[in-house]
Amino acid sequence: MGLGSVALASLLEPRLLATQPGVPGFPDAAAKVKRVIFLCMAGGPAHLELFDHKPDLAKRDGQPMPASFTEGQQIAQLQGKELRILGPQHPFKRYGSSGQHMTSLLPGIGSIADDICIVRSLQTEQINHDTAHTFMNTGFRLPGRPSMGSWLLYGIGSESEDLPGFVVLTSEGGSQSQPIAARQWHSGFLPSIYQGVKFHSTGDPVNYVRNPGGVSRAMQGELIDAVGKLNGLQQRWTSDPEIATRVAQYELAFRMQMSVPELVDFSDEPQHIMEMYGTQGGDGTFNANCLLARRMAERGVRFIHLYHRGWDHHNEIRAGLPKSCSYVDQGTAALVRDLKQRGMFDDTLIVWGGEFGRTPMSQGQDPSLLGRDHHIKGFSMWLAGGGIKGGHSHGATDELGYNAVEDVVQVHDLHATILHLFGIDHRKLTYRSQGRDFRLTDVHGKVVHKILA
Amino acid sequence: MQLMIAIVAGSAVLAAAAPAGIAAARVEFNRDIRPILSENCFACHGPDGNARQADLRLDRREDALSRGVIQPRDAAGSRLVQRVRQANPALVMPPVATDKRLTDRQKDLIAAWVEQGAEYQEHWAYIKPVRADAPAGSAGIDHLVNRELAERGLDPVALADRRTLARRLALDLTGLPPDPAVAEAFARSDAPDAYGALVESLLRSPRHGERMAVHWLDLVRYADTTGYHGDLPVNVYPFRDYIVRAFNENKPFDVMTREQLAGDLLDSPTPWQLVASGYNRLSRMTNEGGAQAEEYLAKYASDRVRNISVVWLGSTLGCAECHDHKFDPFLARDFYSMAAFFADIEERGVFSGQGSWGSSLRLLPPVQRERADEIERRLAELRMLGEDKLPAGAEAVESLAGELREGLTRWRALDPARAWGDCEHPDFDQCGRFELVEQPGAVIRLTLTGDSKPREAIQRVEVPLEEGTLTALALELFPTGDFDSFYVSEFEARLLGRHAWPLKLSFPGLLPDREVPGSMLRDVLDGNYHTGWGSKWGEDSARRAVFALERPLTVRAGEKLEISLIANPRSAAGLPARFRLLATDSPLPELPPTGELRAALLAGGDRSEAQSAALREAFGRITGGNSHWREIRRLERRLKRLRDGAHESLVAKAVDRPREVRVLPRGNWMDRSGEMVAPQVPGFLGPLADSGGRLTRLDLAEWVTSPDNPLTARVFVNRLWRVLFGTGLSKVLDDLGSQGEPPPNQELLDWLAVEFVESGWDVRHMIRTMVMSDAYKRSSEPSEELLAADPSNRLHGRQAMLRLDAEFLRDSALAVSGLLNLAMGGPSVKPYQPPGYYKDLNFPKRVYAADMDGNQFRRGLYTHWQRQYVHPSLMAFDAPAREECATQRASSNTPLQSLALLNDPSYVEAARVFASRILREGGRRADARIRFAVRESFARPARPAEVAVLRRLLEGQRRQFESEPGAARTLLATGITPNPGGIPETELAAWTSVARALFNKHEFLMRY
Repeated sequence: MGLGSVALASLLEPRLLATQPGVPGFPDAAAKVKRVIFLCMAGGPAHLELFDHKPDLAKRDGQPMPASFTEGQQIAQLQGKELRILGPQHPFKRYGSSGQHMTSLLPGIGSIADDICIVRSLQTEQINHDTAHTFMNTGFRLPGRPSMGSWLLYGIGSESEDLPGFVVLTSEGGSQSQPIAARQWHSGFLPSIYQGVKFHSTGDPVNYVRNPGGVSRAMQGELIDAVGKLNGLQQRWTSDPEIATRVAQYELAFRMQMSVPELVDFSDEPQHIMEMYGTQGGDGTFNANCLLARRMAERGVRFIHLYHRGWDHHNEIRAGLPKSCSYVDQGTAALVRDLKQRGMFDDTLIVWGGEFGRTPMSQGQDPSLLGRDHHIKGFSMWLAGGGIKGGHSHGATDELGYNAVEDVVQVHDLHATILHLFGIDHRKLTYRSQGRDFRLTDVHGKVVHKILA
Repeated sequence: MQLMIAIVAGSAVLAAAAPAGIAAARVEFNRDIRPILSENCFACHGPDGNARQADLRLDRREDALSRGVIQPRDAAGSRLVQRVRQANPALVMPPVATDKRLTDRQKDLIAAWVEQGAEYQEHWAYIKPVRADAPAGSAGIDHLVNRELAERGLDPVALADRRTLARRLALDLTGLPPDPAVAEAFARSDAPDAYGALVESLLRSPRHGERMAVHWLDLVRYADTTGYHGDLPVNVYPFRDYIVRAFNENKPFDVMTREQLAGDLLDSPTPWQLVASGYNRLSRMTNEGGAQAEEYLAKYASDRVRNISVVWLGSTLGCAECHDHKFDPFLARDFYSMAAFFADIEERGVFSGQGSWGSSLRLLPPVQRERADEIERRLAELRMLGEDKLPAGAEAVESLAGELREGLTRWRALDPARAWGDCEHPDFDQCGRFELVEQPGAVIRLTLTGDSKPREAIQRVEVPLEEGTLTALALELFPTGDFDSFYVSEFEARLLGRHAWPLKLSFPGLLPDREVPGSMLRDVLDGNYHTGWGSKWGEDSARRAVFALERPLTVRAGEKLEISLIANPRSAAGLPARFRLLATDSPLPELPPTGELRAALLAGGDRSEAQSAALREAFGRITGGNSHWREIRRLERRLKRLRDGAHESLVAKAVDRPREVRVLPRGNWMDRSGEMVAPQVPGFLGPLADSGGRLTRLDLAEWVTSPDNPLTARVFVNRLWRVLFGTGLSKVLDDLGSQGEPPPNQELLDWLAVEFVESGWDVRHMIRTMVMSDAYKRSSEPSEELLAADPSNRLHGRQAMLRLDAEFLRDSALAVSGLLNLAMGGPSVKPYQPPGYYKDLNFPKRVYAADMDGNQFRRGLYTHWQRQYVHPSLMAFDAPAREECATQRASSNTPLQSLALLNDPSYVEAARVFASRILREGGRRADARIRFAVRESFARPARPAEVAVLRRLLEGQRRQFESEPGAARTLLATGITPNPGGIPETELAAWTSVARALFNKHEFLMRY
């Protein structure tokens, strides 16, 4: 099928092919990485079972939480309840030659312990899921700011010519699935071309990517070609500069209609890869999404955001947490290993963690069903990939795992560090809205140099 | 490329404004100096006392002079000038670390300004506007526009041709493309008042209020869900209808303002005024377990302050939540004093449950209210007149028995042509697969297939109807061994074959055999898949419910019913797996009697004692002993229907003791150490005198719309100008403050603002004044001269090229196809939406049920607005989430838009229906049909080259559809509208492609 007029338009204005152009001048420093895969463990993983071992908690299990920790602090579901310490509900062990100390529930991630940098001193501002995700993604508690993927595309553009540069995938399992709003990948006040595109695990992978029923690719191509010609004719009598862009967008849309199904079709993956990730195919599981993430990374997608909705353990830390871990452990480890074997680990940043952590205090009455509440003053994440110090741990919380006390890392610092790895000075990447120059890190943010290789 | 042009443009205009030698020219503080100081200096030397460095502020003359930083008429001796010109990086201002740099030109400007005396001006937007000397009416606009152009030696372009004007006017004033016949008549008319007449007819159209409402609803962030966490539905759609009405009635803007801010505080407020006060309830709300009430009350308060200050004042007072404003003289105290106005609104920080969101009003629209009153009066009369006039004498009982017997025998079973379990719905992931088993007596038994027991079902039955009358349907459910209970979430009946789309039947008369609170029969008609009617089976051999129509439906030959039973029980309740449908033409469609009563009726005169008793009991129950019982029952049914149609709407309700409001240090809601504040307007714009008592929202509304308020009128006309001319006169629509844009033509903005106030806040007068001007009527094609001197068209020497808003684009396709359903108001509607789009919503999981009737084709304005997941086709075209005020939608151009226009079934169905219109109305020959299609789409004649392209497309598509058997049929099955008979499928499919090409042509998205 000929897309003659479409191709012509692109020749005339080559810039139109760059679907999501960046800002001239960025990156403004040497970039360590080209893309980020953000594995968001939505719900708030229990850092005191997973990455932050506190022997004192075990010793004081069941005792009242000292008021000196909690007085005047925000509290979510435990408001007005008696606050008691809950010891770690699952054992820790040491992994790798670096001896990283973390849970026995994540042996897969343990097997890549020498590649990851655990940060144990995160803090955030928002204590409820919705606002905490908004803060984690945009650096501000209110809607309307761009999420980090949008900032990144705005700053340095997309590398893919036939896929969106910012993609979102979701999966669930392990505990109650907290909702995730489309706001989390919105471009806010940035132009809409920088918006994240949600991929669906069932139905059409991208909204409206499939031709209408009965319409073959050849028919659709012929139709788009005719639309291009009609638009070309229009250019003879109007000077509307958007016509050329429109023609280019139809060309891209038509390419996406090919590239998206090809992307999500795993039939070219060998059996051992499928087994390594632990997936049968595009079934919407976290493991499948990890494989999809690698395929996107190969195709130049800049920001790949996976959400696994299943970490909100208000109860059943004992029985529930292993379930959540089992949903994500293999896929995560496979992703890191796969990127390494393809030589892509060194120019990819992988981030693993939730929107907040969970309290040292227990929640619930039934001793066998105890859980932990939302917690914002200290929690853990890990990073891996290009520019990151592998086999390293950074920061610490106090003896009860309540407050981050050593090398505290704020969400803004995380953002600054991510941008830094892309060669962007977070203070310089700005956009004017409401009469003000905004940035991802608001008026805050320090690059966490100690975690950088 | 475009960015570059824009930057060059800005300086081109400026350069023209400022003569070559800066020193010689008069430097104006507001135009030339304030933007430089605001951008570069105020953050540290401005209004924010906490951030102030060196105790120096430059935003007030007396401060700057008292510190000796500025020596009027002595630039060289002024430290301000010295420091900005400083070469030493350690001393230069602004400091190197801020990354801010002054250009040489800016430094020269500052020096010249100091040399000329360093005169300050109050910020332009805080000074009450005065009317420039200009002719009255539209000529005033032209005078002020043309003067600016003439000063720069520029000529405006010529007026647009009449077809372009017809399309522009229709889209701008009604959000719909023009009727091609009207556009053609206008194009051919040489009557001098033809343009004015067209304007008036569009302004009078009810579509006008719908168009204006879209803009306003973006501002006040109207939506159908709560926004936070579970993003649950709220009922506030009457507010949307109020806004549409307000614009259609041309309600003065000050009245609209008062009713929205404080409708509940007016004397004896009308229901609509209360609905308007729902403005105060449009902020996001939460019911999340673990949310802290105080925190969320603080969030709601700040939400309101942000909204009112942007919507009415064009001010970013919201920035003062954590600190004094950096650029404008708003203090943190002002923020909380503003919040205090709203502290009287009854609400909770954390709402409980999923359907209860505080004060609301059940509202009957006025016409229905009058009807209901009339029926109630008549009922009272009848009850009195007929009381005790109908003793249960043998004759009367026998007479009723005769009727009931006849009614009983007039029920007939509906023999289905088709019955199937429909699991296509993506949100039903544990949906039952069923197979139809034919059963005698038209009982439908759907047997389960598959291993595990399903938990959800959508069962559909298609029944051919005979000509005649239909007054009611009945559903009989029978137990099966599969489930020990039954549950029906929704019962839907659609008549096929009458309209272009299925007609949903509504049933005001509901008669269940039994129901219990929490599981009422009416729940199966509420459109909510999460409520329903059901119970355990127990001893029942069957359960029954009658659905009576409002008035008898005359069934025509060939018409069919499609009946759907949807079951989505919350717990593991059973599904309706064996059932029968009945219909009757009885004028008294009571529940078909069972048990003793049924036996009594069938027994004739030879009844047992128990049967006679059952008959007497039925007599008493049905007639109530009133001789007018038939009329009474008829009226009661009508009244119930009217009342069921009442709209619930969130409203503001003032509490006696307003919440205490304190200044929260750094916006921290846990810090209660700040001072307590009473309601008050921002200090530098006030204060507002109180007459001894606490100021109220009503006082606030009066202040906002006071003729002395310098902001409100400017803000409104500036945005109205953006709607009609593409760019605001001050282009930053949400901020007229220091960081906004001083309007290049302030005299024009001020002239319009004064005109608005003096007209009595007459919105329509302002629209009329604008669209009657030559400036509005100009072509949007720039001259080379204008493109060079004013590329971003800030001088309005030409009109703008604008992309349609998301809703109006969809409306256009529906209108051109003939599908558009112009019904106004009421609950929001649900167009087709991609499967699984709500997958990541929870508490509860959401089932999206697209409307499968005429509501599918309503205007986009009425679309269900899910804040966390705005309809993806609308969102692709920049529809905002309405979580926060949106003053101006983006106008993007993305591949996702192409995908939506190409593949969204709404557009495909519209193209398919348009194709059948083209074939029906477009003449016989292909070229004539193509010309018809182009005229309908763009309200202009087709050009020969376009006809050729479309002709080739038609032929190519026809060939392809002919060579792929079944393809045409599959395409034509898109949507719910039936295809006309008698047209070969491949032909209709090929024309559908032509229609799709027209909808996807860039011109279709544009208003030129």
